[in-house]
Amino acid sequence: MMLQIGLGHYLTVAAILFTLGLFGIFLNRKNVIIILMSIELMLLAVNINLVAFSTHLQDMAGQVFAMFVLTVAAAEAAVGLAILVVYHRNRGSIEVEDINMMKG
Amino acid sequence: MILQALIFYLFAFVAVGAGVMVIVARNPVHSVLFLILTFFNAAGLFVLMGAEFLAMLLVVVYVGAVAVLFLFVVMMLEIDFIRLREGFLQYMPVGGLLGLVLLAELVVVIGGYFMAPAVAGTHGALAAASAPVVGDITNTEALGRLLYTEYVYIFQAAGLVLLVAMVGAIVLTLRHREVRRQRISDQVSRRPGETVELVKVPTGSGV
Repeated sequence: MMLQIGLGHYLTVAAILFTLGLFGIFLNRKNVIIILMSIELMLLAVNINLVAFSTHLQDMAGQVFAMFVLTVAAAEAAVGLAILVVYHRNRGSIEVEDINMMKG
Repeated sequence: MILQALIFYLFAFVAVGAGVMVIVARNPVHSVLFLILTFFNAAGLFVLMGAEFLAMLLVVVYVGAVAVLFLFVVMMLEIDFIRLREGFLQYMPVGGLLGLVLLAELVVVIGGYFMAPAVAGTHGALAAASAPVVGDITNTEALGRLLYTEYVYIFQAAGLVLLVAMVGAIVLTLRHREVRRQRISDQVSRRPGETVELVKVPTGSGV
């Protein structure tokens, strides 16, 4: 069980990484950069899941979709960091609690 | 088999440990570096699962592009790192509770999969280097064949997503909005009399 590496092992690693990402979002309420990195962690966990099932089911479609998830993650990081730079230029801070201008 | 297990546990534990450090590191620069370590180890896991192309893509795209982008932004912004850590423990109970709930749910799902494999389908060990395709073509070739035939429209859509993200990022961070534009009417209404001046230069002296 311990030495026979199966699907469950990979799913467990992915689950731990996903939980860590969620944990990071809740824990770092002041630093938007850490939140963005936590989102990257969660997307990585999803990718591990997709590839693990792709190998398990002998189906390449999972890896294709993992690639698309990678694409979207890259685009998300670029736009998110651009927004962060603009926000820091305008307000001089990146604290999450300051981002409430659109609050009704 | 033992070697495979050892390598798996090495990659898995380093990935999880680096993931923890991403969250708790005091300096965001260290967070980014630990994120890079996590990505490297996840790439190792991908190789172990037989997805070599995605592993290389992870290294090239994530470590080479995204993580460096993070590093640039972290170093470009002047941030008071000490003040950002305030309230770290304030959100610990809520965050910890939510994290534990999610982890418990995932454990139940994965555990149920192992307790009742007949319900969830058969489960076996992942083959060491099983490219999930028949024949003797490589992982990259199989991915390419699938990507350019069956998923070609989604592939184009992914390109569009990247284009939109690029344009969006440039538009957001463009600093000078006052671009010198061409004004046709000004150009047409210019007369030679007000622009060209004829000067009689005496010999020996400058203009």
